[in-house]
Amino acid sequence: MAREMPKKDVAIVGLGWTGSILAMELSKEGLDIVALERGPMRRTVPDFEYPKNTDELRFAHHFDLMQRPRESTLTMRHNSAQTALPYRKLGSFLPGHGVGGAGVHWNGQNWRPQAAEMRLKSYVTETFGADIIPDDMQIQDWGITYDELEPHFDRWEKLIGCTGLAGNLNGRIQPGGNPFEAPRKAEYPLPPLPQTSAGRRFKETAKALGLNPFPRPGGNASRAYVNEYGMQLGPCTYCGFCEWYGCYNYSKASPQTCVLDALYQQPNFELRTGANVMKVELAEDGKTATGVTYASEDDKEIFQPADLVLICAFPIHNTHLMLLSGIGKPYDPKTGEGVTGRNYAYQMMGGTDAFFSDADFKPFVGAGIDGYSILDYGIEQIDFGAEGFIGGSYITVGHTNGQPIRSMSLPEGTPKWGADWKKAIGEWYGKSINIGSHGSNMSYRDCYLDLDPTYRDPWGRPLLRMTFDWKQNDIRMTRFMKRQTETIAKAMKPDSWNSSFKDEDSHYDIRPYQTTHNVGGLPMGDDPATSAVNRYLQSWDVHNLFVSGASAFPQNIQFNPTGAVGALTYWMAAALRNDYLKNPRPLM
Amino acid sequence: MKVFLSMIAALVVVGVLAVLALIFWPLERTTADQLALADDVMAWPDLAENERPRAAAIAADCVACHSTDDGAEYAGRRAFPTPMGTIYSSNITPDPETGIGNYTLDQFRAALVDGVDARGGQLYPAMPYTNYRSMSERDIRAIYSYFMNEVDPVRAPDKAAEMTFPFNLRFGVRAWKWLAMPDPGFNAPDDAILARGAYLVEGPEHCGDCHTPRNMLYIQDGYTASDERFMSGGDLQGWSVPSLRGDDGAPAKWSAAALTAYLATGRNAHSATGGEMTGVVGHSLQHLPASDLEAIVAYLRHLAPNGGGDDDAPEPADRTRASEIWLAASEGGTAEILASADPDALSEGGRLYLDNCSACHMIDGKGGDSVFPKLDGNSAVTAASPKGLVSTILNGARLPSTKGAPLCLAMPGFADRLSDVEVAELASFVRGAWSNKAGDVTAEDVGNLRN
Repeated sequence: MAREMPKKDVAIVGLGWTGSILAMELSKEGLDIVALERGPMRRTVPDFEYPKNTDELRFAHHFDLMQRPRESTLTMRHNSAQTALPYRKLGSFLPGHGVGGAGVHWNGQNWRPQAAEMRLKSYVTETFGADIIPDDMQIQDWGITYDELEPHFDRWEKLIGCTGLAGNLNGRIQPGGNPFEAPRKAEYPLPPLPQTSAGRRFKETAKALGLNPFPRPGGNASRAYVNEYGMQLGPCTYCGFCEWYGCYNYSKASPQTCVLDALYQQPNFELRTGANVMKVELAEDGKTATGVTYASEDDKEIFQPADLVLICAFPIHNTHLMLLSGIGKPYDPKTGEGVTGRNYAYQMMGGTDAFFSDADFKPFVGAGIDGYSILDYGIEQIDFGAEGFIGGSYITVGHTNGQPIRSMSLPEGTPKWGADWKKAIGEWYGKSINIGSHGSNMSYRDCYLDLDPTYRDPWGRPLLRMTFDWKQNDIRMTRFMKRQTETIAKAMKPDSWNSSFKDEDSHYDIRPYQTTHNVGGLPMGDDPATSAVNRYLQSWDVHNLFVSGASAFPQNIQFNPTGAVGALTYWMAAALRNDYLKNPRPLM
Repeated sequence: MKVFLSMIAALVVVGVLAVLALIFWPLERTTADQLALADDVMAWPDLAENERPRAAAIAADCVACHSTDDGAEYAGRRAFPTPMGTIYSSNITPDPETGIGNYTLDQFRAALVDGVDARGGQLYPAMPYTNYRSMSERDIRAIYSYFMNEVDPVRAPDKAAEMTFPFNLRFGVRAWKWLAMPDPGFNAPDDAILARGAYLVEGPEHCGDCHTPRNMLYIQDGYTASDERFMSGGDLQGWSVPSLRGDDGAPAKWSAAALTAYLATGRNAHSATGGEMTGVVGHSLQHLPASDLEAIVAYLRHLAPNGGGDDDAPEPADRTRASEIWLAASEGGTAEILASADPDALSEGGRLYLDNCSACHMIDGKGGDSVFPKLDGNSAVTAASPKGLVSTILNGARLPSTKGAPLCLAMPGFADRLSDVEVAELASFVRGAWSNKAGDVTAEDVGNLRN
């Protein structure tokens, strides 16, 4: 029998970016809030302190800040005909573990989607006709427009002290910025970081090719900064330990640097770490949540009653918890009906490595957002009818790090070990760049999440099952990008270059790292038949349950998702504060 | 011989009488009348009646000494190591048996301003009653009311002091007081705001307790602005406490806004708090009404020989920090040497700085605005005693989370990474880098401070 805790107004599942922002915003309403975080407490000092933090083996290979597969994993298969098997060692993506969640170990790259991406199905249908959409593709509109989200993007960027250079200010194109970005109402809060030489070299070539390079925007502070909560960022020192690490320098935007110490001051906020939420409990009629049940560190079962439940975990865990709690109809790929687990999507990555024997790039001088990017092959720039695919990419060159184990690109044909490998490392360190393509991934009828029929976690719950593979539409997109990155590579006149892009025969490989941009599973929208949450991220079925994060993306954007996640979180906070709390009910 | 013997005998008699007097002479306690202040003497903060008790207790920062880091507030037992032994603060919660629950207002006043407990026992001057002697009766009543009505009683017996002979004889404190105690009461400057500032600094906030030097008898060298050495810098367990009234004191250099930010948030563009001041900001100053902070700043600037500085040290708004650093490196000096990373040009201390410190404090020693303290020209770095600097390198530092600046900025300690020789090299480098011109630190200095 579960022990019952005193009731709270709000129970928040997971204290990462979205949980901490929502807790902060709702604490201003005087609500009694508890955040339940399954991992440990994490603070800059001592958890990310210099020099313990700059340990590549510990953090990038032994995954010190990531979720523990023995406690939490999933099973994986490529299609419904296969039997899914459990994922025993992290690789393809890296959900975070502990306070701050994945917001601790991101690079800081921060983007706004293009306006067309948020109404993708309508955009494609209006512009190219519905018949270019492949039969098995299940793209949808978000149920919210870019214009509606614009003020929330602005607030999020001001929260994280986003650096960058506006390219489209109120419709007016700005020199040096991204001319293809959705129109912004305000300049970025901080100027761009000065770029390292690799990015500058790319920039010159891109300009010569008639492309439009701009500094990659993101949350690595270029100077000291104070945000609306009084939280502070210090100037980035280009240590090159961003992605997969906590920032020792208070320079990378994270819940720790941007929200948490301010949140901890709120007298009506309580944090419980080591609290692993098992299930959202529902009232008898199934129309409202009564709270959540969680396992404490000593494995006691505890019921936390609450008037409002916010699921703020990593996207795949959001979906898992909804499935385990029986909220929303589980998605069925045979009929295309059901919403919980629908439209899981990922990110299509590719790149061309180029080697310059005369270069001295000093990649150890790195920052998570370092680099120049182009969006000349973005979703709004490509003629989908002519090219035969739906999607787009941004292309970037920069040095996020020069870490000795994982950042050693070598020319094709170099031995993988031994004396010649060693010699090549000496010869080529600091002489290569990667022209990376970061592309969209559409949603498909048979790419989805459900509960595994066989495998269970240590608490006896079915594991989440991922059914996912690459589709020819996205392969065509990334092959298109390969032509672009190779054109740029050639124009940069390297000694040699080699590309790594998916091809027609590629299947999704869950072992090598690609990105932690897992999206979908609980798509948002304005039609309860095709979306799990409405445009306010409120469950259609259980009105006092809201779900934040990229699980709401109906398909993946061509960008890193955190910017859109941040904006959606402020949008959801506004809906809660301005509307729902005054009159709790289904908002649609 | 006879005369000599009788003189000795007379001296012994006088001595015995003096000791007996010290022990048995009836104590005279300061009266409420002596501490009464007219309401228009100073600019009291605009607080509702029911807010005053707590506010007065916060302004006197009782919690800092009368709590342990992990114990109940005001339950005492905090250790104060002194060269004469260790004393422990007392339980001042209203518990009748172990706290001050049975104290009358008169007894409470006597403890605060006369240093005498309810049983007539002498309190050691770790309790800043010499400073509290200028506290007003209004505040004493407010604080008394706060402890009696708003603090929960905690049963926690006091811990006995562990002092060496003769300092364990408490009646000796009485003799000390005859020399040390200023007259009770507060002499207000004419200006109501300056008066409020003077009152807070001299009285409740007891700033002079650390910032005023002490003579050989541990007596503060003055208690008010008219005393020349008042607030001219002291020594706290070996840490140099900065002067607040010299030419190079913070009030003489910083703008009013910068000084206010420092007091309210523990940080500004120049520096950050360290050591005991961190607790003062965390427990007391950040909670003062804005008008009280303004008054303190006005008074400290009034103390400064130039009437207060104007340095805000803002970063140019259009520049990134990286571009500033390259500019600094191009101008020569320490920044250029560090930027070169040239092993031949770098001293061992310089190399250690580059590897351990420059990420935050930067090669120009200017840190990051209100995030990473400046080391160039920072009095905590260049203080006569390097103890504060070395302790910070060894043990790190953590800023309080304040209302104005919630981020609990922390510097990690380097005790487990750097040897005594390395810390000495590093500290010596920092004390002589950029415009700093302070003396070297020896490995022995570091060894003595390593826990």
